[in-house]
Amino acid sequence: MIKINPSEITPEKLFFSRRTFLAGLGTVVAGAVLLNGCGTEETAPPPAPAPPAAAPEPPPLEPTSYDAIISYNNFYEFSLSKEGVAALAQDFKTSPWSVEVGGLVKRPQTFAIEDLLKQFPPEEKIYRHRCVEGWSMVIPWDGFPLSRLLKAVEPQSNARYVRFVTLLDPEQMPGQNGGVLDWPYQEGLRLDEAMHDLTLMATGIYGKPILPQNGAPLRLVVPWKYGFKSIKSIVKIELTEEMPPTTWALAAPHEYGFYANVNPGVDHPRWSQSTERRIGDLSRQPTLPFNGYAEEVAYLYEGMDLTRFF
Amino acid sequence: MNRLEKYGPPVILNLLALLPLAWLAWDIALGHLSVNPIQDIQIRTGRTAIIMLVVSLAGTPLYRLLGYRWLRLMRRLAGLYGFGYAALHFLNFIGVDYRFNLDYLRADALDKRYAIAGLAALICLLPVAVTSTRGWQRRLGRRWRYWHWLVYPAALLAVTHFFWQAKIDVSLPMVFAALIILLLLLRLPFFRRMTAGLKSRPDTDG
Repeated sequence: MIKINPSEITPEKLFFSRRTFLAGLGTVVAGAVLLNGCGTEETAPPPAPAPPAAAPEPPPLEPTSYDAIISYNNFYEFSLSKEGVAALAQDFKTSPWSVEVGGLVKRPQTFAIEDLLKQFPPEEKIYRHRCVEGWSMVIPWDGFPLSRLLKAVEPQSNARYVRFVTLLDPEQMPGQNGGVLDWPYQEGLRLDEAMHDLTLMATGIYGKPILPQNGAPLRLVVPWKYGFKSIKSIVKIELTEEMPPTTWALAAPHEYGFYANVNPGVDHPRWSQSTERRIGDLSRQPTLPFNGYAEEVAYLYEGMDLTRFF
Repeated sequence: MNRLEKYGPPVILNLLALLPLAWLAWDIALGHLSVNPIQDIQIRTGRTAIIMLVVSLAGTPLYRLLGYRWLRLMRRLAGLYGFGYAALHFLNFIGVDYRFNLDYLRADALDKRYAIAGLAALICLLPVAVTSTRGWQRRLGRRWRYWHWLVYPAALLAVTHFFWQAKIDVSLPMVFAALIILLLLLRLPFFRRMTAGLKSRPDTDG
């Protein structure tokens, strides 16, 4: 008898969604055949309901399966293939690990990851996660608000931005040998964005320590921004007066801005920003302004032209 | 001509061209796709379509170089399958992904240059595929050749589409662009004379 590794068992949710997917495929093929045969409007499958004109209610947050979260990752330091990251990252060393917090602060400090976790015990936050490529997940993170860490180092009055840097280690991260982006990966937030209650430093997912493919041991999570803002495997946090350069904005400034707020009103040349594919669910859904967190964060951008500051 | 010579190449070429489809169906049925299966189908049908187009374009210069009759069959079959995979690619996009939701499609696809280029490539291929039969070849006479020149803009549009949809890594689109440009250059009279001179096998045709 062939033994099945438990990790190979499809999670129930995904299994059923594959079923519905196959059924959907059948409908489409049948629809295409009918269209071909008669070419009349009546035989076409009825179009799905139009997206509501007013700001739609955010759908309930049903977490994406753990298997999906740990197997579908954009982490170019390891691989350009989303499914290739997990295997290449499995031996990534996350201990010892320290995070240097400095720049325009009164008490610059270097934290060992264990001390960070002791000082700021993580709590669960379930957030929508929207990739700029048009797919999304719902992820139950464990982490602490970045504001607590920033308060501990006491930002100086002239600090206006926060810069984050990923580990640079081409031996462990094969993608950093050349590749398509400038390494190390760097990201940035305005200080008020960084201090917002929703902005999280994540150390776990589904109650388990965060895995390397998801940004172990410490990553940023800014749920109202596209996923690439939520920088992974952070080794350095620096407060600055000037807006820090950010990796994707450096690589393609017309496509990715510093703010990168989820915004169905700002188009991208390649991917839909008005709808998204929720992983595990095969029908598209409308993308919400600020990824559904408009009530909490829209005030941060009052008076700003968000089509210019995208 | 014995039966193997007659039926061997078409059977083998058809099987080869159907292999990517069978493989995809197998992966769908067994749940081997990623957690974003619609995306996987989109990528795989698109890649297969452009591979088929390149193989089809390679048919003529290779035939001139080597003289095997099956290369001319390959040109026609690969072109037809290229259209077929491109049509699947398109149907997966508008049907499986967008469920024919015109509001979503209008908002998401119509103003994207990559989508326009892809659709234009498919439209170029449609009359080529339809008129690929001997009957149409006879009916159109000389004009048949002109219609089939549409395969050149189709290939260029397809590789442009491939470029424009790439996020940051354009190495694969570059490879296909290089191949397509090379295969188009080989059709210029200067290169045609060169390849004709290289022909190592007597023309066994007719």
